Amino acid sequence: MTDTTLTPPSGKTSAPTPNKITSILELDPLTKKRNAAEARFKLYGIIAIGIGLFFLVALLWAILSNGLGAFSQTFVKVDVPLNQQQIDDAEKSVVKTSKYRAIIDDAFAKELAGANITTEMSAKDLQKLFSSGAAATVRDYALANPDKVGTTVTFELIASSRVDGYLKGRVKREDLAEDKNLDAAHLDLVDQMKSAGLLEKRFNWSFITGTDASDSRPEQAGIGASMIGSLFMMLVVLFLSLPIGVAASIYLEEFAPQNKFTDLIEVNISNLAAVPSIVFGILGLAVFIQFMHLPQSAPLVGGLVLTLMTLPTIIISTRASLKAVPPSIRDAALGIGASKMQSIFHHVLPLAMPGILTGTIIGLAQALGETAPLLLIGMVGFIASNFPDGVAAGFFSPNSAMPAQIYEWAKRADPAFYERAWGGIIVLLVFLMTMNIIAIILRRRFERRW
Amino acid sequence: MSLPYILIALLVLAVAGYIVGRGKALSSAGGDSRELHSLPGYYGWNVVVSILVPALLLLIAWLIIQPIVLDSQVSSKISEETIAASSLDLIMSDVVRVAEGLDLAVSQGVMSADMASSIRTELTDVRSRLGEIGVALGSEVTAETLRAAQTYRSISGTGLLLRSIAVLAAGLIGFAVGVMRTNKDFRARNVVETVVRYILIAAASIAILTTVGIVLSLIFNTVEFFRLYPAADFFFGLTWAPSFGGGSELGIVPLIWATMYISLIALAVAVPIGLFAAIYLSEYATSHVRAVAKPLLEILAGIPTIVYGLFALLTVGPLLMNVFGSGGALGVSWMSGASSVFTAGAVMGIMLIPFVSSLSDDIINAVPQAMRDGSLGLGATHSETVKQVILPAALPGIVGAILLAASRAIGETMIVVLGAGAAARLSMNPLEAMTTVTAKIVSQLTGDADFASPEALVAFALGMTLFVVTLGLNIVALYIVRKYREQYD
Repeated sequence: MTDTTLTPPSGKTSAPTPNKITSILELDPLTKKRNAAEARFKLYGIIAIGIGLFFLVALLWAILSNGLGAFSQTFVKVDVPLNQQQIDDAEKSVVKTSKYRAIIDDAFAKELAGANITTEMSAKDLQKLFSSGAAATVRDYALANPDKVGTTVTFELIASSRVDGYLKGRVKREDLAEDKNLDAAHLDLVDQMKSAGLLEKRFNWSFITGTDASDSRPEQAGIGASMIGSLFMMLVVLFLSLPIGVAASIYLEEFAPQNKFTDLIEVNISNLAAVPSIVFGILGLAVFIQFMHLPQSAPLVGGLVLTLMTLPTIIISTRASLKAVPPSIRDAALGIGASKMQSIFHHVLPLAMPGILTGTIIGLAQALGETAPLLLIGMVGFIASNFPDGVAAGFFSPNSAMPAQIYEWAKRADPAFYERAWGGIIVLLVFLMTMNIIAIILRRRFERRW
Repeated sequence: MSLPYILIALLVLAVAGYIVGRGKALSSAGGDSRELHSLPGYYGWNVVVSILVPALLLLIAWLIIQPIVLDSQVSSKISEETIAASSLDLIMSDVVRVAEGLDLAVSQGVMSADMASSIRTELTDVRSRLGEIGVALGSEVTAETLRAAQTYRSISGTGLLLRSIAVLAAGLIGFAVGVMRTNKDFRARNVVETVVRYILIAAASIAILTTVGIVLSLIFNTVEFFRLYPAADFFFGLTWAPSFGGGSELGIVPLIWATMYISLIALAVAVPIGLFAAIYLSEYATSHVRAVAKPLLEILAGIPTIVYGLFALLTVGPLLMNVFGSGGALGVSWMSGASSVFTAGAVMGIMLIPFVSSLSDDIINAVPQAMRDGSLGLGATHSETVKQVILPAALPGIVGAILLAASRAIGETMIVVLGAGAAARLSMNPLEAMTTVTAKIVSQLTGDADFASPEALVAFALGMTLFVVTLGLNIVALYIVRKYREQYD
């Protein structure tokens, strides 16, 4: 509070005197105006912060309300009798899954009859309740468990994305008017099945651990494979950018003489920190893929591009933490006969390490969320439908990454895939939050004030 | 020997070198480490360095030179007519595929090594043979391609053998020299520290290399593009209509216009909010409010851009459609789709709020307290002090911060790819879909275009434009910010 904002003591409410002689205890019109301006100005600031926080809340609300649905999935319980004869027939035919689908159809019809639900829909229409991957589920099970053949097995088959959406409230009855995949009769049936306990909605592990699926099966798409892709990319980034970043910072902070070359490096680092990420993607495409012939869409290439992008961040934070180590430490080491190199590697670096690690984790978190450069090196359009087999394949064989996978889903223009994309964002943000919390804890724990 | 094995062999050699070097130094001092010039470990490291430095340098040089030699040797086998009919690049990639296919066939035992180097297209159907083991070839293998591929295999085979021998020999010579030089008076620490110093310099130079890499990769392809497409049409053309069949019009003006328009909207959102937030946080807020509000605002900066992109596409866009679209709340139909300049601009503005506010916060805090005290002491209110003393003093820095934010906005990709639309248009209506430089870089390079066509190469020219513009903005901004900081230091 400043002198000018002093308010008159209470009780003094007499009207301002018309003559020029005013009391210091009364506000003249100009002061009132100035005080009002002051209050207004302060209010603008509060509004600005309020708007910023409102956007944050709106963003988080949009993410959570749209994305949480991806973590649950509707399953249909069907008792399927596995019959050796039918399975042999199916394996002999060209389109194997269609025969399995027929098996499911029969079992499902029985199931409905058992629950006293009558329907006039044909088997072909009833199929629309199931994911098109349901037949493959039965087939895989039958082939993997030959001892169960001949018995009746209760399968929990994935419902189609429309049925799933209806139970989650994403698909409304009125939306179905223009939808050729499902109509109102289906929904009546779904309601009946739900009350009969044939449908179950539960946590969807396969979204977190699964792989991407083709355009027609959003209910089977998962983010697991691209998570592995991101993991391998982050390994490349960590093992390249940490040593290179630390070495560069030590040189610049401790050894570099004041000359043109050092200036050039410094200018380059500060500019690289502000170069748009898409330009790094162009660099990766031209240098790593066109020129060096590294495999396209490989996490190795993604990691290399992200390393170059993260280096400036890591260098800047490492230099700050090296600078924070007081010169007395260096002087003491030099005083008892250490060489300059020894004083830095044995004393300064260990003391700066918590700060360096914090900066590295924050840099990695940035790299984990980066999308644009990955688009250019071919990580989009690639359907990550398999897990890499082995460590070398993890680095060299094509894979997607979490943000690229989210973009891929967002491009497919299907509300069921949009749900997956939001769900993927939740997974991505959980990772980012964990990394940032670790960084904060590290800083709190090990930060030293000299 | 393949690359991993060479590296493992060198590593084993290095470990042996460390033990031998350390041992020899100690024994030359009669087991008393006080007699040594350096600590015993340094003698070991000295030998390691003299093994690894020459061997690895040779290996890197070999990795760079061998493909070039191989290319020129093999391409000389291909006749002029074949090159004229297709392009050398395409033929060479065929040759490499066939050669790799043959390698695979040999390693799987489908062909014997002799057979792979002697088969003729006249006698064997190479394409179907390779198809059986999973190597798909686009076209029938001609006799010439096969011969070139066989030459390729034999040269690269010899090259690999020579490489292993040369690299290991370099390592062994280094071992011998390193051990021979070791005695108690040898200044091992100085040698090792010099090498470490060069490694540090090399690490720092990667920043320069990256910039050089960016500039070169942009320049080569941009020059290639301007050879196929006139530069004047690119810079002044008013239509952007790429067609992969040829006859595209690739004018950058509509893209630049949309980029500027979106950035302007983003700044119109971010600058007032960010600036007022910064003023409030640094001048008015109590330390408790500051401790809560500042990190919360900065969360916005830590959220990946893909999230903002999805937010624009699926939340803000439909919301705007409900207001401005046909049948919307206002009863107007100014908007025909969820993606528009305004959608992208507004969301980008949200993203930039913390960027503007934390930069301005730093700058406002750098204004010396004496200036505030002086102004308050003369009877100015707090807001008058801010408006008439602090802001003018901080203005250059704030302008720098805004320029940095502008450069971020121009280079932002994911928000515009998802939120701004795909059609290039020159229009004043902010509710119409337009497309930007960055969005087109993505779409031109992720399409199915032939990499040598102007439709794909134009992405590099766009990238070059983007790089030059953002670099210019950054340099000006950094110059202003730095100069301003010095003023009060």
